[in-house]
Amino acid sequence: MRIGVPRESASGQTLVAATATTAARLQKLGYDVVVERGAGEGADVPDAAYTAEGVRVGEAEEVWASDVVVKVDAPTEAEIAQLRPGATVVGMLAPARSPELVQRLSDARVTALAMDAVPRISRAQSMDVLSSMANVAGYRAVVEAAHAFGRQFTGQVTAAGKIPPARVFVVGAGVAGLAAIGAANSMGAIVRAFDVRPEVAEQVESMGAEFVRVEMEQEVSSDGYAKEMTAEQEAATAAMYDEEARNADIVITTALIPGRPAPVLVRAETVAGMKNGSVIVDMAAANGGNCELTQRDQRVVTDNLVTILGYTDLAGRLAAQTSQLYGTNIVNLMTLLTPEKDGELRLDLDDVVQRGLTVVRAGEVMWPPPPVQVSAAPAATPEPAATAAPEPAAPKPPPDPRRKYYAAGLGAVLFALAAAYAPPDFLAHITVFVLAVFVGYYVISNVAHALHTPLMAETNAISGIILVGGILQVGNENIAVSLLAVVAVLVASINIFGGFLVTLRMLQMFRKG
Amino acid sequence: MTDLLLSEELTGLVQAGYVIAAVLFIAALAGLSKHETAKRGNIAGMVGMGIALLSTLVLAAQNAEAGYGRGVALTLVLALVPMAIGGVIGARRARSVEMTGMPELIALLHSFVGLAAVLVGINAFVEYGPFADGVANVEIFLGVFIGAVTFTGSIVANLKLSAKMKSSPLVLPARHLLNLAIIVVSFVLLLWFAGSDATFGDSSLRIAIFPLLLMLALALFLGFHLVAAIGGGDMPVVVSMLNSYSGWAAAAAGFTLGNDLLIITGALVGSSGAILSYIMCQAMNRSFVSVIAGGFGSDGTVTGEARDYGEHREIQAAETAELLAGASSVVITPGYGMAVAQAQYPVAELTRRLRAAGVEVRFGIHPVAGRLPGHMNVLLAEAKVPYDIVLEMDEINEDLAQTDVVLVIGANDTVNPAAQDEPGSPIAGMPVLEVWHARDVVVFKRSMATGYAGVQNPLFFRENTQMLFGDAKDQVEAIVAALPVRA
Repeated sequence: MRIGVPRESASGQTLVAATATTAARLQKLGYDVVVERGAGEGADVPDAAYTAEGVRVGEAEEVWASDVVVKVDAPTEAEIAQLRPGATVVGMLAPARSPELVQRLSDARVTALAMDAVPRISRAQSMDVLSSMANVAGYRAVVEAAHAFGRQFTGQVTAAGKIPPARVFVVGAGVAGLAAIGAANSMGAIVRAFDVRPEVAEQVESMGAEFVRVEMEQEVSSDGYAKEMTAEQEAATAAMYDEEARNADIVITTALIPGRPAPVLVRAETVAGMKNGSVIVDMAAANGGNCELTQRDQRVVTDNLVTILGYTDLAGRLAAQTSQLYGTNIVNLMTLLTPEKDGELRLDLDDVVQRGLTVVRAGEVMWPPPPVQVSAAPAATPEPAATAAPEPAAPKPPPDPRRKYYAAGLGAVLFALAAAYAPPDFLAHITVFVLAVFVGYYVISNVAHALHTPLMAETNAISGIILVGGILQVGNENIAVSLLAVVAVLVASINIFGGFLVTLRMLQMFRKG
Repeated sequence: MTDLLLSEELTGLVQAGYVIAAVLFIAALAGLSKHETAKRGNIAGMVGMGIALLSTLVLAAQNAEAGYGRGVALTLVLALVPMAIGGVIGARRARSVEMTGMPELIALLHSFVGLAAVLVGINAFVEYGPFADGVANVEIFLGVFIGAVTFTGSIVANLKLSAKMKSSPLVLPARHLLNLAIIVVSFVLLLWFAGSDATFGDSSLRIAIFPLLLMLALALFLGFHLVAAIGGGDMPVVVSMLNSYSGWAAAAAGFTLGNDLLIITGALVGSSGAILSYIMCQAMNRSFVSVIAGGFGSDGTVTGEARDYGEHREIQAAETAELLAGASSVVITPGYGMAVAQAQYPVAELTRRLRAAGVEVRFGIHPVAGRLPGHMNVLLAEAKVPYDIVLEMDEINEDLAQTDVVLVIGANDTVNPAAQDEPGSPIAGMPVLEVWHARDVVVFKRSMATGYAGVQNPLFFRENTQMLFGDAKDQVEAIVAALPVRA
């Protein structure tokens, strides 16, 4: 079968669905690949590079008449008209947002596969274009911000004065947010980040940012989704956004809600309160923007000289890189669709991944696909009682911290009561005893694991101190007591001498290399 | 002489000696926290013990001089002669013990503390006669109880560790109830014991000896039963637990005799053992309470479900040598099997050869590897492996993904991926060494039998795992012999 890689027709689109490398890999799967003349220019892949890899460069007619057409953007009406009936078209079709496109594809009796509809499960990660693009876009957002920002990111002390490090605040710790955190961090900025899901704090911290927490009780989400916030929580979160944005030099927002316009998180008042020269990069601009003042695809400078970037083509601004990643996603998809590696495309709709991205099959509308059963989630059972049992993974609620104080208080009261009725001698001893237990606890807590065996031999030796008791009893007039004491002294001595010497022997063996 | 012995100053000196000894004991334990200071710590402990014994001998002589008992000379002879005999026995054992036999020795030594505590407690009972008040009675009773449990428990641990007794858990019907019943009955006996002042006719021996001896028998059985119910693989926890018990026994004896030094030392040892057990429990993902209560090793019967894990692949020593020679980083994760096969010397030799050839060799030690906490470290130190390349599980786990070859020598459950992957597995949730992330894993094993926990190890069937069957010592020696000599 022939795969055609057309030149993208949308203005400003720099990406290409196959670079020279990935086109060659498609050929290895048994396909005949033809790339439209000039298709890769925007992504720094000249026609000669394709030819050098053994990939044919041809004209638009031949490309569009191929059995499989791989694209970046969705095809236009005119392009659909050029497709052969029965052909397959692959691209970022956004089927949920463009029902009329789905209808047109169906009318053209083609098969349409949407790269942006790949189910987000582990097995399909190698085809997840949204992740690979968000990753590049997150990086580019930082670069754009650095470009618009009139200062350096990294802090320095120079002869001409101190340069403070830039403070970057990232909202949303998805793929894009994490990539932005990593990029900003490696440029030397101080990065803080927030996400409504408190459980991503660890990921944020692993990328080198500090996770901002809203000062109130947050429940860990048990199903992986952010919960509906209460009014109180919302107010506290809004106050946090305001404060963080005012303190930051760079704000990068990535907050999206699937199927809804992006939430407005940075209000106009907040922008007005930001420092002169600050930069906001709104990565949600395509969906309305997280900042009230964002204009899609525009650079806006406010009265107080805050720059707001609403670019939606951040990934496209790194065309070579993004095309390479997108092309690899395509190769991975084609590998899945070509199990025999014989250049024959076989769509298996029993496979959840293939089912998920199939929008139209030979003219039949398949959208939307059934929801993907993520393997980690337990299968829904009709009886609620049955579901309750197999959930041992649910984390135990952390014990009330006050419980400790209650327990300590109760212990103290009980001890005081016992002490009140105890003879003074005993009290003196118990004082010593309790203090010694605590000393032991703190001393031993520091012992290195490697030394636990010598430690045990040592404590063993000193617990031979029971010998003291025996010695004090050997002189007793009662012959039985005397005898038992002698035995006690004997065995305890074995303990003392054996324990110390064996500890010594072990310690002498430890040496540094 | 008499004046000197009876002088008030000497009494003060004895007390001072006790305080100094207590401080030195604390210094000893604190010193043991780091390799650099460990030897100093041990010496502090020895000096402290010397001072304590000297002070006690003076005290005993003083008591004898004051007219209690048998006179100074006989008292000192009765104290010093058994001390000398015990010292000789102890020193000889310490010199001759194999490092692999360390767990047995330590368990045996614990039993001596327990025995001594029992004897001292009974003596105190006979000595005080009817003069003991309520508190003293309770102290004696507790001291004997803890001592007895420690005594038989340690003996059973020793027998299990030295393979003189079957290491599989002894499961009596309703064993938890049985333990509970023993404790309840002992408590009733305590009430009887403390409440009865009657004596046998004119003698000072109280009738209360009956409840005491009855309790002694019960406690001896309890110690036996607690440890017998625990399998061999859980012995690290058992040994540190017994260590703790032996400390509490000494502390109880200290209360009985009104001796602060005994109390301090006992408390130090008791809390030390308790913390060690706690650390072990965390490493095995078991609850502390269930360990202290005993019988934790076999709860939840392990169903040896016959699952198809696929095929394992074998490798020979010569190929392993090639693999190692071509690697740039090697991690060795030893387990009890290395101790059993006495393979630590060839392993150390292999380490030296590889390091000389420029290969980065490190050791990853799981907290519960071996039969004692820190057992593997001692074995490797014995074979002169530098301690700075011997790392803990948490230190090495992250690096395993960048490691070329992992040699698993005699370890099984501690490298079992089922602990992470299979929620139904008996070892689920236990932290393990994630060796399977390495490029190649070679597992030294005698056969495909399961490890202590009785669960199959999916690691053996992974694609990057190869099995090297046979005696670990012979196989490592064969690898050393087959290593190409590099210029």
